[in-house]
Amino acid sequence: MDKFTIENLDLYYGEFQALKHVGLSVPEREITAFIGPSGCGKSTLLRTLNRMNDLIEGCRITGSVLLDGENIYRGMDVTLLRKRVGMVFQKPNPFPMSVYDNVAFGPRTHGVRGRAKLDDVVERSLRSAAIWDELRDRLKKDALGLSGGQQQRLCIARALAVEPEVLLMDEPTSALDPISTIRIEDLCVTLKENYTIIIVTHNMQQAARISDRTAFFLLGEVVESSDTETMFRIPHDRRTEDYITGRFG
Amino acid sequence: MKRAKIFAAAARLAVYLAALITLGALLFIIGYIVVRGVPHLTWSLFAWRYNSENVSLMPALLNTILMTTLSLLIAVPLGVSAAVYLVEYARRGSRLVRIVRMNAETLSGIPSIVYGLFGMLFFVNALKLGLSMLSGALTLSVMILPVILRTSEEALISVPDSYREGSFGLGAGRLRTIFRVVLPDAVPGILAGVILGVGRIVGETAALIYTAGTASDTVSGIMDSARTLSVHLYALSQEGLYLDQTYATAVVLLGIVIVINALSSALARKVGLHHG
Amino acid sequence: MRITFEEQLRQLNTELLEMGALIEHAIQSASEALVHQDVKAANDAIAFDHEVDQKERDIETLCLKLLLQQQPVARDLRLISAALKMITDMERIGDQAADISGLVIYLAGKPYIKSLEHLPQMADAAIRMVSGSIDAFVKKDLVLARTIIAMDDVIDDLFDVIKGELIALIQRDAGNGEQAVDLLMIAKYFERIGDHAQNIAEWAEYSITGVHKGAEL
Repeated sequence: MDKFTIENLDLYYGEFQALKHVGLSVPEREITAFIGPSGCGKSTLLRTLNRMNDLIEGCRITGSVLLDGENIYRGMDVTLLRKRVGMVFQKPNPFPMSVYDNVAFGPRTHGVRGRAKLDDVVERSLRSAAIWDELRDRLKKDALGLSGGQQQRLCIARALAVEPEVLLMDEPTSALDPISTIRIEDLCVTLKENYTIIIVTHNMQQAARISDRTAFFLLGEVVESSDTETMFRIPHDRRTEDYITGRFG
Repeated sequence: MKRAKIFAAAARLAVYLAALITLGALLFIIGYIVVRGVPHLTWSLFAWRYNSENVSLMPALLNTILMTTLSLLIAVPLGVSAAVYLVEYARRGSRLVRIVRMNAETLSGIPSIVYGLFGMLFFVNALKLGLSMLSGALTLSVMILPVILRTSEEALISVPDSYREGSFGLGAGRLRTIFRVVLPDAVPGILAGVILGVGRIVGETAALIYTAGTASDTVSGIMDSARTLSVHLYALSQEGLYLDQTYATAVVLLGIVIVINALSSALARKVGLHHG
Repeated sequence: MRITFEEQLRQLNTELLEMGALIEHAIQSASEALVHQDVKAANDAIAFDHEVDQKERDIETLCLKLLLQQQPVARDLRLISAALKMITDMERIGDQAADISGLVIYLAGKPYIKSLEHLPQMADAAIRMVSGSIDAFVKKDLVLARTIIAMDDVIDDLFDVIKGELIALIQRDAGNGEQAVDLLMIAKYFERIGDHAQNIAEWAEYSITGVHKGAEL
C-alpha cells in the first residue's frame, strides 16, 4: 500500500518552475530518501507533502498528491493534514519554552487537555524519540539550553506527539555532530516500524545506510527512483551514477 | 613620523575632552537640581491635597500615573495589533507596510506642541471632550503610537521564522501561532517600546497643557481636567513663588525619568541576550 | 571532481597491470624452464612469485585505503571489490608457476619420456588468458572478458589430451610412471592457472555489469 502517490506534479514559484512532471510513490512504513544536488527540488517536494508551500507567496501547483488515496490539495483540512504528516527541519527549532511545553504544544493544539493526559503524551513521545531518560528530570527547563543533537531529538518528539502517520525530515542531521547523527539515524530505523518516513539528505552514505527506497532529483525532475540497494549498486541512469559517485554535485 | 604622532595624541585629547564635557554637562544639570532641590524635599510635598500653602506634588503624581495607564490602555493594544497585522498578515515589504512605516517615522518627529494643538482642536473642541484627562490621554496615545508600533514591529520581526514554521508544521493555525509562540517571544521587545512610550508621556508638557489642562487636584473622573507632574513643574515655575518646592519637584521628576531609563536599558539588554 | 580518487583509481589499474605482467613472466619462465630443462629460468619463475606476493599485499592495502577514505558506491565499489578478489587469483597463479618450476628443477638432468607438445600450448593459452582478463578489467571491455571466460575450455581440453597421452605411456612401460606422474602434475598446475585466469575475467565482468557468474551481487 503506498502512503503517498504523486502524479504529474508541477510546481511554480511565480514564473520559475521548481518541479516538473513529478511522479512518485512512497510506500508506507519504509524510509524513502530524496537525494540530489542543491536546488534540484527535493526539499520543495517534501514541503508539498504537508502543504508548507502554501505559506510561500506565488506558489502554484498542478497535478495531484494523494495521501492514502485522498488528494491533499482538494478539500482536505490543512490542520488535519499537518497532524497526520509531521515535519522535522534542518536546523533544530524548539520553541523558546520548556521541554514539556514544546512537546505538549502539538497535542494542545489538537484539543488534548488535562494534566494527566498531557503528561502521558509527553512521556510517550520523548521515549519514542529515545530522549526520555536524558530529559525526564529537566522537563521544565528551557529547551534552548539543550545541545544541538538533543534539540533535534526533542523536535522529533514534538512531531511524534501529535501521533502522525508520516514523518517528513528535511536534512535532519546536516547541522549536527557525527554522534548525534548516528543516534538520529538509528532512531529513524526504529521509527519506521510505525511511521512512514521521508528524508531529504545530502549525505549519500546516510541514504545508503538507512533508506529502503531512494529517489534522485535533478533540476526539478525525478531522474530515477528505485530500492536503495539497486540504486547504489547498479543505478540505471548515467546521471544518477555520476551524482552518487561524486562525479558532479 | 613625529607629526603623525602629535596629531594622534591631539586627536585623542580632543575626544577625551568632548566626552568629559558631555558627561560634565549631564552631571552638572543633575547635580544642580539635586543640590537645589533635595534640601526642600519634605513629606508635606507628598500630601494628598494641593493647596496654595502646600504645593503638594502628590495629586500631580497620581494624575501622571492615571494618565500613563489610560494612554497605554489605548495605545498599546492598537500599536501591537497593528504591528501584528504588518508582520504576520500583510505581505512583507508590500506597499501598505512601507506606507505605514513611513507614516510612523514622520509622526514620531512632530513636535509635541503641534500634538497639543491638534489635541485641543480635535479632542477638546471638536469632540467636545473639553480639557480633560481623556483628551490628554487620547492625544498622548497618538503621540506614542508610532513608538509602540515600531518597536513592536521590530520585536515581532526578530522572532525567528523557524518558530513559526515549527508551529505551522504541527498543524497550528496562524492565530494560535501568533498568540502562543510569536507574541510571547516578542514580549521583551514590545515592553521596551512601552517603556520608551512611558518615558515620553512622563516628560510631556506642551501637549498636555492644551488638552488636559492644569487643574491642580487629583481627578475624580476621566472627564476632569488635571495636571501631570511635568505640567505641575511648569505651573510652579510659572508662578515663581515656590522656587524651592519647584526644585524639589524637579528632583522627583528627574528620579522617575532615571528609573524609567534604567528599566529600559535593562530590558534592552535582556532582549539582546535572548536573541543573541 | 574527486581528483585524488581518480588518481588513486589510475594507480590501482597500474598496479594490477604490473602484477599481471609479473605473473605472465612467471608463467613464461616456467614454460621455458620446462621445455629447455633450464634450471636458471625455473629459479627466475620462483623469484617472480615472491614479487607477486608482495604486489598482492600492496594492492590489498591500496584497496582497503580506498574503501575507507572514499566510501565508494556503484561502479567504484564494484571496481574496487573486484580488484580485491582478482589479486587473490593472481597470487595463486604465481604460486602455481613456482610449483611448476619446482617440479622442473626436480626433473632436470633426466631426459623427457616424450616430446612436450601440448604443455607449451597450455602455457601460451594461460598467458593469453591472464593478459586478456586484466586488460578487460582495466579497459572495461565486456566482450573481451566474456571471450576469456570461454577460453578456459581450451586449456581444459588440452589437459584431457595430455592426461590421455600420459596414461598410454604408463600402460606401455611402468618405468615411465614416475616422470609421467610429475608431468601430469605440471599439466594440472597449468589447468589450475587457466581456472584462476577465468576467475579474473569473471570479476572483470562483474565490475562492469554488477553480475558475477550469472548472479547479481
